[in-house]
Amino acid sequence: MTDEDSRELHLGPLGRVEGEGSLHLVLRDGELAEARLAIYEPPRFFEAFLRGRAHTEPPDLTSRICGICPVAYQLSACRAIEDACGVRVEGQVAALRRLLYCGEWIESQALHVHLLHAPDFHGCDSAIELARTHREDVARGLRIKQAGNAIVELLGGRAIHPVNVRLGGFHRVPTRAELRPLAELLRRVREDAVAAVRWVSGFDFPDAVCDADLFALAEPDRYAIESGTPTVLRGDGDRRGTVNTFPLAEFSAHVVEHQVPYSTALHSRLDGRRHLTGSLARFAMSGHLLPAELLDLAVAGGLGDPRTGAVCRNPYRSIVIRAIEVLYAVDEAMRIIDAYRAPPRPYTPVPARATTGHGATEAPRGLLYHRYTLAADGTVTDAVLVPPTAQNQGAIEADVEHAVRARLAVGPPAGDTELATLSERAIRNHDPCISCSAHFLRLSLER
Amino acid sequence: MTRSRLAVWKFASCDGCQLTLLDCEDELLQLAQRLEISHFLEAATAPAPGPYDLSLVEGSITTAQDAELIRQVRAASRYLVTIGACATAGGVQALRNTADVAEYRAVVYAQPQYIDTLATSTPISAHVPVDFELRGCPIDRGQLIEVITAYLAGRTPDVPKHSVCFECKRRGTVCVTVAHGTPCLGPVTHAGCGALCPAYARGCYGCFGPSNSTNLPAFVPLLRRDGLAGPDSVRLLRTFNTAAPEFDTAARQIAEEAEG
Repeated sequence: MTDEDSRELHLGPLGRVEGEGSLHLVLRDGELAEARLAIYEPPRFFEAFLRGRAHTEPPDLTSRICGICPVAYQLSACRAIEDACGVRVEGQVAALRRLLYCGEWIESQALHVHLLHAPDFHGCDSAIELARTHREDVARGLRIKQAGNAIVELLGGRAIHPVNVRLGGFHRVPTRAELRPLAELLRRVREDAVAAVRWVSGFDFPDAVCDADLFALAEPDRYAIESGTPTVLRGDGDRRGTVNTFPLAEFSAHVVEHQVPYSTALHSRLDGRRHLTGSLARFAMSGHLLPAELLDLAVAGGLGDPRTGAVCRNPYRSIVIRAIEVLYAVDEAMRIIDAYRAPPRPYTPVPARATTGHGATEAPRGLLYHRYTLAADGTVTDAVLVPPTAQNQGAIEADVEHAVRARLAVGPPAGDTELATLSERAIRNHDPCISCSAHFLRLSLER
Repeated sequence: MTRSRLAVWKFASCDGCQLTLLDCEDELLQLAQRLEISHFLEAATAPAPGPYDLSLVEGSITTAQDAELIRQVRAASRYLVTIGACATAGGVQALRNTADVAEYRAVVYAQPQYIDTLATSTPISAHVPVDFELRGCPIDRGQLIEVITAYLAGRTPDVPKHSVCFECKRRGTVCVTVAHGTPCLGPVTHAGCGALCPAYARGCYGCFGPSNSTNLPAFVPLLRRDGLAGPDSVRLLRTFNTAAPEFDTAARQIAEEAEG
C-alpha cells in the first residue's frame, strides 16, 4: 500500500501477553475500516482428546491449557465433574480451595500488573527496562508474586501445574502448623500490596470506555472467586443498573461460540451482544462487597465508589482493580489460614454417574466455564471449555477500534508505529491469555 | 564484560515453562546483568534480531510454519536448549498422534477447513539438533537456573538422569506403592521435580517423562498388580510425554494386549 490514507497494518507477534496473536488493521481514506485480533496459537484440541479419558483426569489434563492459570482450570474442571456426580465440597476443604485460588490470583495479577502492564504506562518495552528507573516498584511486584507462588507451592506442591488438587478436594491437606509460615509471609507482603495499589493509582490513564456487557460470577456475601452465579450488567453508562443472572447449566444457551476464519480461538457472544469478563466486570459486580479500607483505596485510585452504584468502564484502569484484587486475596488468604482447622479427610469421594455437569470459576482473566458429559463408568464423552480471553476477543477488538478511531480523529496523521503501540496497549489492558484462547500479536495494517 | 544474548521461543504449549523463568524472582534481575534478553515475547515487546548465544525453546511442532521456524531458530542460535515436556516429548497435544486429527478438528471447530495443523505433535529434536533437553511438565525452576548458569560458566548442566524413586528416598517419603498399594510411575520417571506427588500422598503421574534407564516390560505388570486395568495403564502413560519412545512403546503394547 503506497497511498498514505489507505493502508494495512499487520502487528505481531504481540509482546507481553501469554501466547501468540496478531492484529490486523485496515485503513481506507484515513478511516479505520476493520480491526481483527487473530489468535494463531496452534490448536491443541483439548476438547477432542478429553473424550475417552476417565472423569478423574480433566483437572490435571486441562491445567496444561495454561501455565499462567492452572488452578483456574483445575478448579473449574473439579466443579463441573462434581456437579455432574452430585457432590458438594464444603467446610475447610472448600476454604483451602479458595486459599489456593487466592495464591494464583496474587501471583498472576501481580505478574500482569508489574511485569506485563506497568511498562506500558512508562513507555518501556519490558519490566527489565522499567526496573532501571523503578527498581523498587518492580522488586516489590516480584515479592508479591513470590508470596502468591508460595501459597500455591505449599498447597499444591509447585506453582505451575500443582499436583495436589483432585476431585472432591486434595490428595493431602496441610496441618495448621504447616500454614503458619505462609501467614507470616502474607503479613509482611501486605504492606507491599497496599504500596502497589497506591503506585498504580498514580499512573496517567487515557480516557476510554469499554463498550460491552460486563459478565462475572457473583455471590451474595463475598467477592466471587471459585464459585458463584453468572451475572450480567448491560453495557451502558457508569451506574450499576439492573443485573441479570442465569443458572450455570444454561451457560451454553447464553454464551454462544462461533468461529471466525482468521483465528484458532472461537469467538463468543452473550445473548447476541459483545461482552467482557475479568477484573472490570468482577469489580462492577462484587466491588461493593470489599472491605471499606480497600474501597477507600479504590476511590482514591479513580475507580469510583461501588457502594454508590458507580461502575468503572475504563479498561486502562483495570490495572488498579488488579492491584486491589491482589490486596483482597492477601487479606482473604490470611483470614482463611487464621480460621483453618485440618478437616477429618482431605477429599470427598466422587463416584461417577452418567450425566452432564457444569463448572465455572473466576480465573484471573475472567470467567472460565467447563462442561463435561460422562458415561456411567466415568468416561468423558463430551467436553466444552470456554476460556475468558475467547469471550473477551470481541470487546478487545472494539477497544482497539475505539482507540485507533479516537487517534485518527485528532492531531497530525498517525504513523504505523504509533498505531501499533496504541493498539497493543488497548489489547494488554485485558491481560489476554492466548494459550487459553486457542483453544499474540502481529499487527497488520491495510491502508 | 559482554553479556550473552538470550532468546526464548514458544511453539505449541501452555507458556508454563517460559513462566518458570519469570518465577525466578530472586535470580531474575541478577541474571539480567549476565544475559541480554534479546527475544522473549512473553516479557518484552521489542524483539532483537539474531544471532543468539542461548535459545530456550518451549513447545512442540504441530504446524508446517513452526517446522520451518524452528529451523530458522536453530540457524540463529549458538546453543539450543529445549525446555519442558512439549519440546522434549511432544506434550499433551501429542495425544493426537494416536488419533484421527480430521475428527479432532471437527470436534472443536465448526469450520475445520480454516484450521491448519499437522497430524502429529513432535518434539524439537525430531526437526533440528538440540544441545540439551530439560524435562518436565512444567520444568523445575532450580534445574532451569542450573542450565543457564552452567551455560554461562561453559560447563555441562548437572541435572540427574535417574528415576523419581531416588528423589523420594532422599526426601524421606514412605513409598506409596509399598505402603498403600498406590500405582506410581516413579520407578520409570525422570527425576527433577523433587518427588512431589508421593510427598502429597499420590502416585507419580510421569510428567517428567521416562528416566534414562527404564524397564517398562518389567514395570507394567506392577501397575496391573496395583489395580490398574489395561486401559488405565495406557492413559497413565499417555498424558504429558505421550511421544516419548519408552512410554509410547509400552502404551501401544498394553493397548494391543487389551484388544488381543
